[in-house]
Amino acid sequence: MKFLKFFLIVIILFPLSSVDAEEDDKRNKITKNLRCLICQGQSVYDSDSEFANSLKIVVDKKLQEGLSEDQIYEFFRTKYGEWILYDPGLNKNTYILWLLPILIFLIGGAIIYKSFIVKK
Amino acid sequence: MKNKILPFSVIIIFGIIFLIFYKGLEESKIYTPDVNTKKEIPVFNTKEFFSGENVKSSSIFELDKVYLLNVWSSWCVPCRQEHPLLMNLNLENKLNIIGMNYKDNLKNAENFLKELGNPYKEIFIDLDGIIAIEWGAYGVPESFLIYNNKIIKKYIGPLNQELVDEINLLIK
Repeated sequence: MKFLKFFLIVIILFPLSSVDAEEDDKRNKITKNLRCLICQGQSVYDSDSEFANSLKIVVDKKLQEGLSEDQIYEFFRTKYGEWILYDPGLNKNTYILWLLPILIFLIGGAIIYKSFIVKK
Repeated sequence: MKNKILPFSVIIIFGIIFLIFYKGLEESKIYTPDVNTKKEIPVFNTKEFFSGENVKSSSIFELDKVYLLNVWSSWCVPCRQEHPLLMNLNLENKLNIIGMNYKDNLKNAENFLKELGNPYKEIFIDLDGIIAIEWGAYGVPESFLIYNNKIIKKYIGPLNQELVDEINLLIK
């Protein structure tokens, strides 16, 4: 009987806790990618300010409402602007940031190719 | 010819990098939030400050009226400074001042209003700060000028006489 009780408790608790853990992981990932706008160089995840704490609650709420990660980012982007995201999208303000490394890589590769490989 | 390509491309690459960094020097590094946004106000449900009854945002903000939404809290020192200005604005009666009580203890908030006066036409409470996030607010104090359910202007930090004059100009 005792074993049955224990078994039941495990069955009831196990799926719940795994769902919770999954949601926690997701929440941590999202809040790590959100900038705490009123702190210096901290993410929302790291900060314990009033602003960051409220933001964490909002992220939880949005996750419970079934919003995807991208939808949550989009929500904060419309409210606070691009600056709140640590991982900015490609647009007219950020194209240099995104394209310059590729450009440098290609030009560098071309130089190496020309001067070392072709010479042989 | 082959020998010339290498130094030439190196110069070009350094030129491009120099230009980008030089351009970057001119831009301000201090982040300033966008305050001139014509955004729709958010829809939310909350509780009224005095009665504790549920209120909807649509019943607070009507079309064709000018509102000033003020985010305040009794624990916020700058709110104390700007409070007399809000009292004056309320006396002039050109706009409806709505209060959002941010993460506050209701007893303390009531004492705050008893001590300094109540300029607000209506107050609703935001106990965990999530309504402030919906508004795109950073903290207390912060004020939003609203007309036709759109945010005309956002004032981050306490209001001062200059800003009050600006508000008076805007709502003329």
